[in-house]
Amino acid sequence: MNAGLRTQVGQLARRSVLRTLRQPAQIVPALIFPLFLLAVNSGGLKEATNLPGFPTDSYLTFALAVPFMQGALFSVMNAGTDLARDIETGFLNRLALTPLRGTALLSGLLAGAVLLGLVQAVTYLAVGLIAGADLAAGFGGALVLIALSVTITVAFGTIGLFAALRTGSGEAVQSLFPVFFVFLFLSAMALPLNLLQTQWFHDIAAANPVTYLLEALRSLLIEGWDLGQLALGFGIALTVLAIGMYAASAALKTRLVRT
Amino acid sequence: MRTSQPAGFWTIARAVAWRSIHIFLGNPAFLVPAVVFPLFFFISFAGGLSAIANVPGFDFPSGYTSFQFVFVLLQSAAFGGVFTGFGAARDFETGFARRYLLAASNRGGIVAGYALAAMVRAFLTWTILTAIALIAGMNVDGAGVEIFGLFGLAVLVNLTATMWAAGVAMRVRSIQGGPLMQFPVFLILFLAPVYVPLSLLSGWIHAVASVNPVTALLEAGRGFISGEPVVVALAFALAATLPVVFALWARGGLRRAEAAG
Repeated sequence: MNAGLRTQVGQLARRSVLRTLRQPAQIVPALIFPLFLLAVNSGGLKEATNLPGFPTDSYLTFALAVPFMQGALFSVMNAGTDLARDIETGFLNRLALTPLRGTALLSGLLAGAVLLGLVQAVTYLAVGLIAGADLAAGFGGALVLIALSVTITVAFGTIGLFAALRTGSGEAVQSLFPVFFVFLFLSAMALPLNLLQTQWFHDIAAANPVTYLLEALRSLLIEGWDLGQLALGFGIALTVLAIGMYAASAALKTRLVRT
Repeated sequence: MRTSQPAGFWTIARAVAWRSIHIFLGNPAFLVPAVVFPLFFFISFAGGLSAIANVPGFDFPSGYTSFQFVFVLLQSAAFGGVFTGFGAARDFETGFARRYLLAASNRGGIVAGYALAAMVRAFLTWTILTAIALIAGMNVDGAGVEIFGLFGLAVLVNLTATMWAAGVAMRVRSIQGGPLMQFPVFLILFLAPVYVPLSLLSGWIHAVASVNPVTALLEAGRGFISGEPVVVALAFALAATLPVVFALWARGGLRRAEAAG
């Protein structure tokens, strides 16, 4: 990366991070809502651990992977809404008049998502462990868990950027939230894949990449080091990231031509 | 020369309801989530958690699909009311509600109009939800009067939620009050025995669910659908009292909105 590009990315990253920090309305729900659902579900579904084949005797440990995914969904909204606001207010048009590169713009905008992803991951893990969840992979596993969580958050953030660039509307980005929730709900979120008895639901969950992201996160909490599951989880997250960045770059070119 | 009479309570209510329903039905961004969200909750809970019926001590006679149908029915009733509150907040934010306040001789009719709209909205969702549940093989072991009782509870929950949300909307008078309308309803619904009966809950969630009024509504509803009614008197006493309490809350909101002009 040359000095010019580094400066461009740095300036936009600084702006993105500051903007995230100045909007508690973005940070607080992304922390509170997943933790509330974790508390409710780990209490309400505790008896599920009595099902034969359930992988752990602590539903809290099993469910702790879910907030990381929910947090990533918030990053779609936050990254996309911020960029949509830049489009709506004309800030992107002003940037288009500068020699700023598209790569710098997208990378810089994702800095806020990285920060939020990091804060979320550390908070969820800390709260989970304080509440009594297990972490079979130990301290090293915690670092990998945080790294995977941030990767997923950034990957989902690129989809938010793509949506914002395609539609130019914050409201349209917000409407993506239910769509992503559907992916989460139709996965092995509440029970492991082997205990999904309804065949059609099992088939959808088995084909849903979110299931494997959850399983990768869970493997560190429940089993320890399962390199196969971790490779699959990181692979899916990086693939989404690559596709999201490519789509967002293409949409940015179209957007700049339009304006 | 014709002299115009001031519009009565029901005329105002019908006009407000007609406009709200028209906006709801004419805008896919409002219509689709209202119908699709309850269906996804139902599919996710009834499909994804069906193995919970095998948990030792889970003895609901009509099966897990019926067990979850009751929760999703009451949840959609509550959120039908909350989303109508969003519409009321939008009316205040855009200034349209000020025209209501100027034109209506009996302003209670405005709130009644929102309540009527919420009910129509809920009936549409329930029709689709019930049809899907029956196609998915839901067992209905209750008699006609018991099913009537189940939907009667849902109507009262819808009315309660509408009064709550309208009260918030008229105090905040901005769509930014949305989370304030939504979050307490979400909270009270999910702090009830959602996934398993109360007897299978333990710890803090059991303690909270035991004093949560939604628990009685859920237990009565599940009793109705399985043909083995339980806590009916308590559930109806709560379901009939709550709309009255929240109607007073909504009336207070209306007074605030009037004072704010």
